[in-house]
Amino acid sequence: MTLKELIDCIDGVVVNGHERLAEKFNGVYISDLLSDVMGHAQEGNVWLTIQTHNNVVAVALLLNLAAVVFTAGNTPDASTIEKGREEGVVLLSTKLSTFEAAGRIYQKLQ
Amino acid sequence: MILEIPVESYNFSAAGEAASRVKKTLQRLGIDSQLIRRVAIATYEAEMNIVIHSDGGKIILQVDEEEIKVQAIDQGKGIADLELAMKEGYSTAPDEVREMGFGAGMGLPNMKKCADRLEIKSVVNEGTTVVMGFKNQS
Repeated sequence: MTLKELIDCIDGVVVNGHERLAEKFNGVYISDLLSDVMGHAQEGNVWLTIQTHNNVVAVALLLNLAAVVFTAGNTPDASTIEKGREEGVVLLSTKLSTFEAAGRIYQKLQ
Repeated sequence: MILEIPVESYNFSAAGEAASRVKKTLQRLGIDSQLIRRVAIATYEAEMNIVIHSDGGKIILQVDEEEIKVQAIDQGKGIADLELAMKEGYSTAPDEVREMGFGAGMGLPNMKKCADRLEIKSVVNEGTTVVMGFKNQS
């Protein structure tokens, strides 16, 4: 599934990374605890979170995540967007709750 | 080669930069990507510990043919009970830091999992030195 298809699936909005939407992702990890993500998310995963501060970008970058999705209408801080641009990390947002977004993606991946 | 990167206490906007520099340096050296992943995760956790729990410190990266060594050295309150600190889920991080998603009590366990060797020396009210070694496969 590509990031473009993901956006369609969760009614997502692109915050950063328009040029990378043709890329594929290989799974999803959901957590709002950064160390949990560091310990368990795999390279190429999409990460669903409600954390919006700029350390999210650092985590995504270190793990080579495919994209970060800010759920439940959360929008990233200005410093997060800026850092995302600098580092080329794909940032998406959706109004859907984490539960609903995950449910839709899960169904699509079956 | 040796790379020394200062880490500021409580500067969350810069947090992660030391780990990022370590990762980029290892990529330039052509280190295996799975090995870089382990070093990057462990370095990030060590860096966050300096940011959250100390008065400041530094990360030192040393690479030779046999080992990639990452040292995290800080000045500050130190670790009172190391055994307890190693326990998954145990954390002394303040609430405002936990709200940001840090302080889950998984930092040291993550470091232990990622590194091939982990040594921690800590003196209360002086500081902590963490040494992590990763076998260089290249």
